[in-house]
Amino acid sequence: MTSNSTFIIVIRFILLILVQVLVFNNLNFFGYINPMVYILFLYWYPINDQRFFFILLSFLLGLMVDWFSDTMAIHAAATVTIAYLRPTIMRFCFGANLEFQNFRIANATQAQQIVFLVLLIIIHHLVFFTLEIFSFGNTLLILKKVLFTSMATILLSLLLKTLFSVKKQ
Amino acid sequence: MQQIINFILKYKNFLLYVLLMIIALTFTIRAQSYHHSKFFNSANWLTGNLYESTNSVSTFFSLGIENKKLVEENKRLRHQLFNQKKDPAVLLDSTKINYEVLSGQVIKNSYSLPRNYITLDKGSSDGLEIDMGVITADGILGIVEHTSKNFSLVQSILNVKSRINAKIKNTNHYGSLTWDTEDYRTAQLNDIERLVPLSIGDTIVTGASSSIFPENIPIGVIENFEITTAQSSYHIDVRLFNDMTTVKNVYIIKNTQRKEIIELESKIRND
Repeated sequence: MTSNSTFIIVIRFILLILVQVLVFNNLNFFGYINPMVYILFLYWYPINDQRFFFILLSFLLGLMVDWFSDTMAIHAAATVTIAYLRPTIMRFCFGANLEFQNFRIANATQAQQIVFLVLLIIIHHLVFFTLEIFSFGNTLLILKKVLFTSMATILLSLLLKTLFSVKKQ
Repeated sequence: MQQIINFILKYKNFLLYVLLMIIALTFTIRAQSYHHSKFFNSANWLTGNLYESTNSVSTFFSLGIENKKLVEENKRLRHQLFNQKKDPAVLLDSTKINYEVLSGQVIKNSYSLPRNYITLDKGSSDGLEIDMGVITADGILGIVEHTSKNFSLVQSILNVKSRINAKIKNTNHYGSLTWDTEDYRTAQLNDIERLVPLSIGDTIVTGASSSIFPENIPIGVIENFEITTAQSSYHIDVRLFNDMTTVKNVYIIKNTQRKEIIELESKIRND
């Protein structure tokens, strides 16, 4: 990892937290939909980096968002789960392409990129709302929240992803 | 020994994940049954200052509306004062004062979660303490759950942990006000006996058996009610007077006799 990419990751980490807690936490579409765009951090993170450190960093990211939004440690639990599952999801989405030495997510097809992002978001939201509501009697409510918030998050994440896309090489 | 180290090295990612997950779940579950974590809330130096500075920008755009609200409230209070039969000087006698009122501003609000918290720009250095009541000009808002030096965290009435003693205005029928997370405009009032005559539009106010809020602070009006089949009490939906989405200026109420009340109650419990 070069020092340049470290710098970009640090900036991205801070900016995504700020954008999440200052803008997207206050959207409240229909009273309860707040898209969680900070998940893009896990989408953008370099592939071949140390996994141990990545999991730790993702936990910290979730914890910071929790800290600002008074949600105990729900964001942290959901984020660390997708951080741990990320290699499995990537193998599912990109398949054999991952084996190439210089593979980058930006080089994959558009459909593969979107599936990867959507899977990250849905797994995150499932863990998040299960913990938030914390009673299995409310499965329907959990599914409803997962569905609508996921749609909002996916839409906004795709927009942000296109805006700040890395140039193909 | 070698094998144990090999095992840890082989599964270090999984072990790290399990460890972090346990930490997160411990935090979460503890906060659901007890108080919110002492260090882990938005009433601290970093988050408080960030929210305060962004708030100073956004407040600027709502100054006109806030001013109108405050004038409206002043008008109402003056009306009460001028039509009072007692001499106002007697009312301000410091030996007879039960409640002190402090003011503050909301710098972070939330109403879309099952457990909502509000952050205020006043803290222990301004005289705020845990378990003080927080109200707005329209009605009640919540109870202070944590204070730091300059900020404090308020458990909103839109929080599944919230239990507030409430009654129907001008009667002595008490119940407890809770929230079922469905709608931020309505809260639920339980434990009112089925014998009590109710009608839609009745006003709900805070009850006397709370040592946090003074009696008769407005909460809302009855939107609809039903008798629960299992129990012999009403389940009442209360439409809140407060618009929980736009709260800005708040009052924090200190009950100067609360310490004495709690001492007395604990004495009875110990006997």
